Amino acid sequence: MNAPVGFDVVNGQPVNINPIAAMLNPASLHETIHMVLAAYVATAFLVAGIHAFFLLRDPQSVFHRASCSIALVVACISIPLQMVSGDFAAREVAKLEPPKLAAMEAHYQTGTGVPLVVGGIPDDATKTVKYGLQIPFGLSLLIGYNPETKVVGLEDFPRDQWPNVRLVHWSFDIMVGTGSAMLAVAVWVAWIWWRTRRLPDNKWLLRALVCSAPLGFIAVETGWFVTELGRQPWIIYGFMRTRDAVTPMPGLLVPFSTFTTVYLLLAVIVIFLLRRQFMETHPHWIKKETLKKEPVSHA
Amino acid sequence: MLETLVAAVMLASLILYALMGGADYGGGMWDLLASGPRAQRQRHAIVEAIAPIWEANHVWLILVIVLLFTAFPSAFSTVMIALHIPITAMLIGIVLRGSAFVFRKYDSAEDAVQRRWSTIFGIASFFTPFFQGLTMGALTTGDIHFVGNQVTTGFFAGWLTPFALTCGLFALALFAFLAATYMTVAPQSQPDLQNDFRLRAIWAQTALIPLAIIVFITSKSGAPSMYQGLTNWWAPVLLGWTALSAIAATLALWSRRFYLARIAAVAQVTFILLGWGLAQFPHLVTPDVTIQNAAAPESTLKLLLLALGAGGVVLLPSLFYLFQIFKGQEQR
Repeated sequence: MNAPVGFDVVNGQPVNINPIAAMLNPASLHETIHMVLAAYVATAFLVAGIHAFFLLRDPQSVFHRASCSIALVVACISIPLQMVSGDFAAREVAKLEPPKLAAMEAHYQTGTGVPLVVGGIPDDATKTVKYGLQIPFGLSLLIGYNPETKVVGLEDFPRDQWPNVRLVHWSFDIMVGTGSAMLAVAVWVAWIWWRTRRLPDNKWLLRALVCSAPLGFIAVETGWFVTELGRQPWIIYGFMRTRDAVTPMPGLLVPFSTFTTVYLLLAVIVIFLLRRQFMETHPHWIKKETLKKEPVSHA
Repeated sequence: MLETLVAAVMLASLILYALMGGADYGGGMWDLLASGPRAQRQRHAIVEAIAPIWEANHVWLILVIVLLFTAFPSAFSTVMIALHIPITAMLIGIVLRGSAFVFRKYDSAEDAVQRRWSTIFGIASFFTPFFQGLTMGALTTGDIHFVGNQVTTGFFAGWLTPFALTCGLFALALFAFLAATYMTVAPQSQPDLQNDFRLRAIWAQTALIPLAIIVFITSKSGAPSMYQGLTNWWAPVLLGWTALSAIAATLALWSRRFYLARIAAVAQVTFILLGWGLAQFPHLVTPDVTIQNAAAPESTLKLLLLALGAGGVVLLPSLFYLFQIFKGQEQR
């Protein structure tokens, strides 16, 4: 959908269809690598975070120490690879879908020596970013390894082919931000392991692991926002608009809100049931919690 | 040729879905209708029978839908646009049913909350197959038109006709019959429970016969091409086999030959759906969408059949093994 190939369009109808070529399109390599690694990163940090949480309460637990270690091995290998694959993906997007890259970076004016803008509030009307942190030559360096690389900005595309710049840019920054935070934690873990040949006893590191438990999943979700919202207004880039693909059924708000409500409700119920199961398999949990908390509050 | 082969695979997986997934729905119906002094034990036996296999059973519906949009894209778009409302209702039913069943099973306390899951599970077990039967019926009515890449008959065509509604009820009775017949084999050490399900199967079969007749009568005006199809040369043969297996199933139930009853019930459902498929041929959505005019390009169909072959090599032995483990010990 991002780099549609494997067919010709004759009189508005796709012909000469080659499903293999469509599957192995120019975007499939970087997207597949990036998502497979993302799955490892997200799962590894979640599992490590959960066991780190238990290690904080019970530092002697062999089970939680071993589980946390296994998850951290996966995390420490996958997150640096993910950063490399993300860099590769961004350069591919610059080639295949320049408007998406421009929206990700909130980059309006085509030019050379383009700075990298982090955060800020993109404003489509004035084609500027307010309050953003600018890193001089950053984007040019990332895309072409050269401060003089020319990067195409949104202004080169018709206004009706721009994605929602704010959402895409912010999602991208959250994805990169959470990825960098996880990389920092992984470096911290690796450094401790290199120094002591032992996995974390450090309370602050365990706390950092607990905090980074959801980050991988946040990165996965915001990453999907980037690629899907960044392709808008196209559903098949360059060939079909999203508004032309949607069913003619009127009142889609009704099924949309029904399914959203149902799934939100189901999510709440799942959390409630998992909690209940957990409490029943850990009957001493509540007692332990109160016992542990009391001396802390006295001290 | 290729497209007919894919359509045949679709019909085969639809039959398997009815035989396995259909029995799941029936199980849910009998769960809600459990009554008498052994109500609790009936429910327990149903849960035991469904729990290990119900997720695998729904593979067949997924296969039908994937084949429909891969091999017959314009048929898929016609069905999804014209029957948006009943299909959405069916989808909500499937979601609620599956999650209610899982929640009930994994909710650890036996309390009011758990009974509520049971009720949702039971109601969704009625609701979902009704809309499935209705959707299948609507495809046959000939009321849905697809002209120049557009559905021209709106969102209410076909599925609100007496024929489609009777098809919905027919699906309900058929699945209830199938599930009760299967259940007569399951609790072998409990003859009183077996008898409960035996009586339920006979009741469902009794309801099925007038419903079948009404479906046939309403099809004359409600689904004329279907009616015509059922008067083809092969129709008496197929109808005869259907009637024969129905009689065999009923007699076997009556005389408590439960294993035989199960085989006859499977044959009965297979013949009914086979008859429906043949009467419908070559239409996917009567009258405008056929297997030929909706087919995807040959390159896609070839790859699809290759993928089906490869998938079958993985899927079929695993499913066989699954049933062997959980259902094997019942058959002696």
